Formats: sequence, C-alpha cells, structure tokens
Amino acid sequence: MSGLVLKGVSRDFGPVKAVNDVDLEVPNGRFVCLLGPSGCGKTTLLRMIAGLDLPTTGTISIDGEDITRLPTHRRNLGMVFQSLALFPHLTVGGNIAYALRIRGLSRQEQARRVEELLALVHLPGYADRAVAKLSGGQRQRVAIARALAVSPRLFLLDEPLSALDAKLREAMQVELRQLQQQLGITTIVVTHDQREAMTMADTVIVMQGGEIRQAASPVEIYRKPADTFVADFIGSTNLIDIARDGDRAVLLGRPTAVAMPYGVSRATLSVRPEDVELTAPSPDLPEAAVTFVRDLGGAIEFFLDAGGTQVIAVTSPRARPQVTVGDRVGLRLDPARSVVLTR
Amino acid sequence: MRREPARGLVQHLPVIFPGLMLTVFFIVPFGTMVAVSFFRRQQGGFYVPDFVLANYARFLTPFFGNVLVFSLYLAIAVAVVSLIIAVPFTYLIARSRRQTQVIWLVALLSILSLSEVIIGFAWSTLLSRTAGITNLLVWLGLMEAPQALVPGFAAVLTGMVYQAMPYAVLVLYPSMVRLDPTLTEAARTLGASPLRAFFTVVLPALRTTLIATLIMAFIFALGSYLLPQILGRPSHWTLSVLITDQALYQSNMPFAAAMAVFLVLVSLALVALTMFAGKKLEA
Repeated sequence: MSGLVLKGVSRDFGPVKAVNDVDLEVPNGRFVCLLGPSGCGKTTLLRMIAGLDLPTTGTISIDGEDITRLPTHRRNLGMVFQSLALFPHLTVGGNIAYALRIRGLSRQEQARRVEELLALVHLPGYADRAVAKLSGGQRQRVAIARALAVSPRLFLLDEPLSALDAKLREAMQVELRQLQQQLGITTIVVTHDQREAMTMADTVIVMQGGEIRQAASPVEIYRKPADTFVADFIGSTNLIDIARDGDRAVLLGRPTAVAMPYGVSRATLSVRPEDVELTAPSPDLPEAAVTFVRDLGGAIEFFLDAGGTQVIAVTSPRARPQVTVGDRVGLRLDPARSVVLTR
Repeated sequence: MRREPARGLVQHLPVIFPGLMLTVFFIVPFGTMVAVSFFRRQQGGFYVPDFVLANYARFLTPFFGNVLVFSLYLAIAVAVVSLIIAVPFTYLIARSRRQTQVIWLVALLSILSLSEVIIGFAWSTLLSRTAGITNLLVWLGLMEAPQALVPGFAAVLTGMVYQAMPYAVLVLYPSMVRLDPTLTEAARTLGASPLRAFFTVVLPALRTTLIATLIMAFIFALGSYLLPQILGRPSHWTLSVLITDQALYQSNMPFAAAMAVFLVLVSLALVALTMFAGKKLEA
C-alpha cells in the first residue's frame, strides 16, 4: 500500500507500555491528527515515525519500504517540534537553508528556495532576520518553512501551535490546513487540543493509554464515538446509564425508544448537550430539575439533575426555553442523535 | 525591567563592599607591581623608587622573547587540547542520566583537590622509564624496551591539560546541560547525521561558551610555573618560571614585576583578540 503503514508497533519504557500494539495506515496526501490526553503515547508514536525513537516491536513502512530501523537523517522528513528548535546561531534564511546545505545545493539554489518558502509561509524578505527577533507566530512559520524545505515525504508536527495565544492558534490552524492542501503532503500532527484536530484533520486518531481508541473523520468521531472515552474526550457529552428491561430499554427511569444492541443488558448512552431538548414534564419523558443556568451570551447551558444523574443541555439564545433554577422539566433525547456505547 | 537608580549610602552598600575588596586586594597590589616595575634595583636585593625603563629594556632580548613566545604557545596548546577533550566529554555527560552525571562530575572535581606538586610528581612517575606506562606497553608486546617520556614537551602538555580539564568541564557543563536536545533532533530530521549535527548545530550554538572556556584555560595555563619545571627541560620553562626565579631567587623585584606586567598585557591583548574573533564569527 502506498503511504505510511504501522504494523503492531509497541514501545516499552521499562515496565511502562507507552505505545501498545498500534496498527495504522495513512494514505498519501492525508492530514492526520493524533489526539489524546498527555501521556497517551501520541508523541512517542510520532517520534517513532520520525526515527527519533525506536519501536520495541512492530514495523513502520512508507510506500512499501520498511523504515523501522532507518536512521532519522535518511528518512527525508520535515518535522516541527513543540519547542520549534530553531537554530539560535543562524538567521531565518540560514535555518530554512540548513537541510539544503546538508544536501549540497548551490548558494543560488539555496537562496531561491528560501525565498520561495518564505513566500509560502507569508514572510517574504525575512531571510536575513535573526531568529531571536521574531514574534511567536513568525517563529512558527519559520519552523514550518524549514521543515518543508526539501519537499519531505512526511510532514510531522509535535504540538506545533501550543506556544501561541488562542487567537493566533486558530488562525494558524486554518493556515496550516490550507498549506497542506496546497502542497498535498502527508501530514501527521500531534495535539491535545480537540478543536485543533477537528479544524485541520481528514482523520482524527484518538489515543489513550498507548492505544488507538478510534480513527475516523472529525464529524464521525463527534457523531459516532466508538466508546465512552472518545465520547467524553471529544467535545462535551452526557453519559447516561441505559439498561434493558424486557424488550424495552430504560433510561433515567422511563422507557425509551433508543435501541439497545442485541444481547446487551447494560450500556451507556452518549447524548451531546445540544441534542437534549427541554420540554414540559410529561409521564412519557425522563424528568429533571434545573440546578443551574449559565448564560454565555452565544449559548445557554442548563445543568439538570435527573434522579441523581447530572445532565447538561445547551441551547441557542433564540431557542431558549423559559425555565429557571428549581423548575421541573421533561427531557427529550433524540434516539437518532445519541449513541449507545457498550464500553 | 526598569530600575530606580540607587540613592544614598545604604542603597549603594552592596556595590561599595565588593568595590572596596577589589581595590584593596587587586588594584592596590597590581598598582604596586606596575610601580615597582619602573623602580631601580640596587645590588643586594633592594630597590629604590625611580622611573627607569631598564627593566623593560632588558626584557627585549632574544632569550626572553623566546621564552615569552614559548609561554604563549604552551598556554594556547593547553587551552586547545583541553577544549578538544573536554567538549565531547562534557557533551556525553550532559546527555547521560542524572546519576551518571553526578559520579563523573565528582570524580572530575576530585582532581581539583590535588595540589600541583602531587599532580607533577604523579605524572613524572607515570611517564618515567623505570615505573611508567611504557612498561605496560612492553608487557603487552607493543614496545621493545621501556622509555622515559619525561622530561619533555609532551609531558608538560599532558600534565597541564590534566590540570586544566576539570575547569574546562565546569565552564562547559551548565551550557551543555541547558542546550535544547531537540536542536540536534531537528538537525537529524533535516538530514544531518548525528556527527554532522554536532558540528553544525551543537558547537555553533555553544560558541560563546567555547570561547569563554578557551580563554579561561589559556589564562590558567599561562600562570603555571611548577609543572614546566617538574615535567619539562629548561627549554620548556615558561615566563612564569622566570618571574618566580627572578623574584624569589635572584631578588630582582623590579625585573620580575616588569615581566609580570608585560605578561598581563600580552594575555589581555590575546583575550581581546579572541573575543573580537568570536564577535566577527557571530556577525
């Protein structure tokens, strides 16, 4: 298969399994985000793809060529580090030309390519600046330009935007995605920021405890999480116990139309807060008491207590139901917009 | 950060005390030495206040000129060799585990507790014909007969590098430890082999520290006067040896002072040159 393929890749640090038996296929030209909480093994996985760390077991290949033991400097990669790792003794141009110099390009070719790359990252004419005199966003761009200098097979980024402030980060996410589409380069980004992953990626890979929990498109991850961890980690969600009673499922003490998978007696229902509708109390619907209302201007959050289970509902200001703290309401949960999770 | 200028005696106190110490223990003795270097020597070991240039004039002979050149040559050689050994050594220590670092550093620093005399005689034994390391080489079959490696230039250099190494490591270590390890990783992802990354990224990034180490080892070596006498021939004696000889045994204070002043000036000039060259490289 063309593209990056990982087969049964594990990495042990003493007794700790940082990455545990990971299988992964990234077709060429794809933008993939490795997403997970800190310590989930996503950075270790990226470092193994880069060759900065070696797998304990398993193989890594690109376009059918086994690169598991190939030293980093022969892998033809571009990598952006969390610290950016710009060379302090070189100018912007010197940093970007580093890989070209190593490969023995002539000075004219180096200078031409540097200008090309600076134009690509919207920093034309910055070649002679000192790295220390740049702003955070500019350094970011220089690091990206340096990584792309030799048109690498793989573009790897380790928490690339974490040092930037929120506004700049959002702008860079869009820019990075546009750059990737323009170049059509296979890109793998490690992040713990789910918004970042949702903005940029074709495929989001949610990791936890050194294992891949789900690999799918951002919308699918959000709409159809594979398990309770993914459901809870991506966005916010209500996780409500659901049990089988005869041939019907029971949710918050009331029969519900949600279909339980065959042969399962207990499960968890994941309902996004925006999919919880508040109505007048009714004998058919689960009932809850409003415990807190948070009006954020753009959205209103209702904290509800349904017989000991906390449920959160979010509405837009225009659809705001007229309820206040202490009111009793009925909860309408759309079966089509909720997911039954058995693990 | 903006700072208010210090006002009044109390606020100036933190500066006044070190300033006073510096004046009493450095500027006054050095000034005395400069003054003495212009005094006239009297027969019998005394000198009288005067202003003569004879002490400096005497210095401008081929003999002293040669000794000066040799002293500078030796000091530069010691500085360069110490740096060449200390840099990879410190780099490897800085990249190892904390525990390993501590063991190596303690071992290295224990050299500092040895007196110069002990170091000198230890090396002269190690390099001797009767009990030296050449006997080991003979035993291993690499050599026909044991040889005396002392006295000689190589022996002087070895002893002085041994003595200067811990200082060089001490200056290098903090910068090496602080150096971002992802810099070399970045170089490797960009196509540089580990060795190439070391030469194109680690060394240039540490340039200021390297120059500081070089200067420190140079000045340290310039002042050494025991090891050249223990491990070298008279032709390997440095200006510091002659200064000691003139001051203590010939009782010619004015001439010794003149040589010392000259040595200070020449080494200051060399240090300035090194720093200037470092700045040039940076631009």
